[in-house]
Amino acid sequence: MPQNETIHDLGLDEYKFNFVTEGKPVFEASKGLSEEVVRQISAHKGEPEWMLDFRLKALKVYESKPMPTWGGDLSDLEAVLDEIHFYVRPQDRMGHTWDEVPQEIKDTFEKLGIPEAERKILAGVGAQYESEMVYHSLKKEWEEKGVIFDSIEDGLRKHPDLFREHFSTIIPIHDNKFAAMNSAVWSGGSFVYIPKNVKLDTPLQAYFRVNQERMGQFERTLIIVDEGANAHYIEGCTAPVYSTESFHSGVIEIVVKKNARFRYTTIQNWSNNMYNLVTQRAMVHEGATMEWIDGNLGSKLTMKYPSCYLVGEGAHGEILSIAYAGDGQHQDTGGKVVHVAPRTTSSIVSKSISRGHGRASYRGLLKVHEGASQARSNVECDALLINDTSRTDTYPYIEIEENDANVGHEASVSKIGEEQLFYLTSRGIPEDEAMAMIVRGFIEPIAKELPLEYAVELNRLIELEMEGSVG
Amino acid sequence: MSDAPILKISGLHAKVAEEDIEILHGVDLELRKGEIHAIMGPNGSGKSTLAKALAGHPAYKVTGGSVTFRGQDILGMEADERSRAGVFLAFQYPVEIPGVSIANFLRTAVQAHLPEGEELDLFDFQDLLLEKMELLEMDPSFAERHVNEGFSGGEKKRNEILQMAVLKPTLALMDETDSGLDIDALKIVANGVNKLLEADPEMCVLLITHYQRLLDYIKPHHVHVMVQGRIVQSGGPEIALELEAEGYKSWSDIEGAGTATSPVKA
Repeated sequence: MPQNETIHDLGLDEYKFNFVTEGKPVFEASKGLSEEVVRQISAHKGEPEWMLDFRLKALKVYESKPMPTWGGDLSDLEAVLDEIHFYVRPQDRMGHTWDEVPQEIKDTFEKLGIPEAERKILAGVGAQYESEMVYHSLKKEWEEKGVIFDSIEDGLRKHPDLFREHFSTIIPIHDNKFAAMNSAVWSGGSFVYIPKNVKLDTPLQAYFRVNQERMGQFERTLIIVDEGANAHYIEGCTAPVYSTESFHSGVIEIVVKKNARFRYTTIQNWSNNMYNLVTQRAMVHEGATMEWIDGNLGSKLTMKYPSCYLVGEGAHGEILSIAYAGDGQHQDTGGKVVHVAPRTTSSIVSKSISRGHGRASYRGLLKVHEGASQARSNVECDALLINDTSRTDTYPYIEIEENDANVGHEASVSKIGEEQLFYLTSRGIPEDEAMAMIVRGFIEPIAKELPLEYAVELNRLIELEMEGSVG
Repeated sequence: MSDAPILKISGLHAKVAEEDIEILHGVDLELRKGEIHAIMGPNGSGKSTLAKALAGHPAYKVTGGSVTFRGQDILGMEADERSRAGVFLAFQYPVEIPGVSIANFLRTAVQAHLPEGEELDLFDFQDLLLEKMELLEMDPSFAERHVNEGFSGGEKKRNEILQMAVLKPTLALMDETDSGLDIDALKIVANGVNKLLEADPEMCVLLITHYQRLLDYIKPHHVHVMVQGRIVQSGGPEIALELEAEGYKSWSDIEGAGTATSPVKA
């Protein structure tokens, strides 16, 4: 466990640490998942009875559901899960020191130009530092408008009715095995409420939230966007997140009410040993718009399909996703749109890049229910292969129950061509830089939707990834 | 030393890298500073192969002979190194790079041409780019378009010359730049090339073309005829006019112009 002296060695003592005062973990659930563990978590968080019941019910569902046999290879996962501590308080999670962080991660931070303090946070050896000035002025603005931006735990404690009204209504326990698991052991994540007709110009960034339980292993986020509101939420960052844990299973639930508009942007870059299995879904009501912008890098296996349920007339859903599968990685990503109401529209644009022995799979479901007359949807998935050994697959599922639905699907696979490379190198651009340029161009339609600093970081990251990809 | 050739090609043999098809069967050529040379010849005579082999295209392998550029052997150099040394190839078929703007592409290229450690001033670059675009009568908004994506044939060729103007090579290899250009665009392109030549007395140009037309606007000092991988005739501009009148037919049965068994490719 980190001692104060370790922190001192890191030169981080100028930052506020409200938790390194204890030398010993006060609480640590035992390994593996059991009713006892779930009860411990709930008791430790001081939750109301209904939440404990919910967790226990979820545990039963989790135990009753078989491991999925589709998607990525989960055959080693059982063994991984047996070794996991399903609840570790965040302060105890700082169990490793900067010295233990692999050199390659440190090098990447260096090359990305991540500030010192942030590197420690990203590497999991420091707490999130407060961008005090920025945060406090924003916080004041948000509070004045009645916006709630809290940790999920505080959401449950401080806004019990609003919380309970929506929690698990978008992603029920039974949805899938990992949603059930998350429901049993969730910890950390955000609770957001945007009141009616409130429009926020500045994105809500999880990064700013002064709460250490930002990115738990089993994060749970609930976002309620009330009628006519308009906001953008950003989670994650492009720098590699180093974690000694090898499993992440989040649940993100969003309700976008009538005529509201919401965008959820996330870019995550996990270390190579990580199983990243996330369920994220938005319920989109009449005349409302939901946009997912989803970037997945790193991990051993990511299975993640942001989804929109278009339940109100004229609702619109949009999913833009980028997946980068490096050597030995499998990105099984895509999107899911369910058209339930008439005149609903949607668009899925998915771009994947596979390098080395990396594999990127697009998996998408487009469903138009009976009654969703005049639904329109367009799906476009493009894959770029860097090496001869790289792999891509496409699994588009389309189910249409309405005759007048208008659905388009396009898929393309391209390989970085010798002619493209020669064209760029013949202008003096070194080959690895030329590669990176082609890749950046490939994802440009999505990268341009990102906030500038994210786009810049993503581009730099791709440049780093392309180093040594030649030959 | 002042009249040492900028480019000296001696006995150059080249083949398609992945096949055993020799295309160039011993080409000799010298370009001195400020000179414009034109290579003419029928389809499949090896003109484009010569240009690509000089620029370092990995699909072509040099199997014999030597090429020196400003006294330096360039055959061992990669395409990007040759570019930075001052060689430029204006492509016959410019390649699309989706999602990459011309401004971004050229900025990266200009930065790559700077000495190690020197950082390109973005305002200087912007000025340079706008100046060259004006020279080629291009709208400034062109810089934001993605490289060759959705370009007309004429726009692609003009974009090649824009790149040449920005990178200021000492040796410009122009591979059928005239094809796909209407007469107005041809004049603009030729004017751009001539301005570059005026600005740099060292600069020399190797024009590859089928037709006399381009040579009315970029006047060559020397014209060479290439048939089946060899230069079979060299002389002044009058050769181009003769070819225009008589065509390449007279060369097609030249004895020994190529090994009869070798299939020939463009």
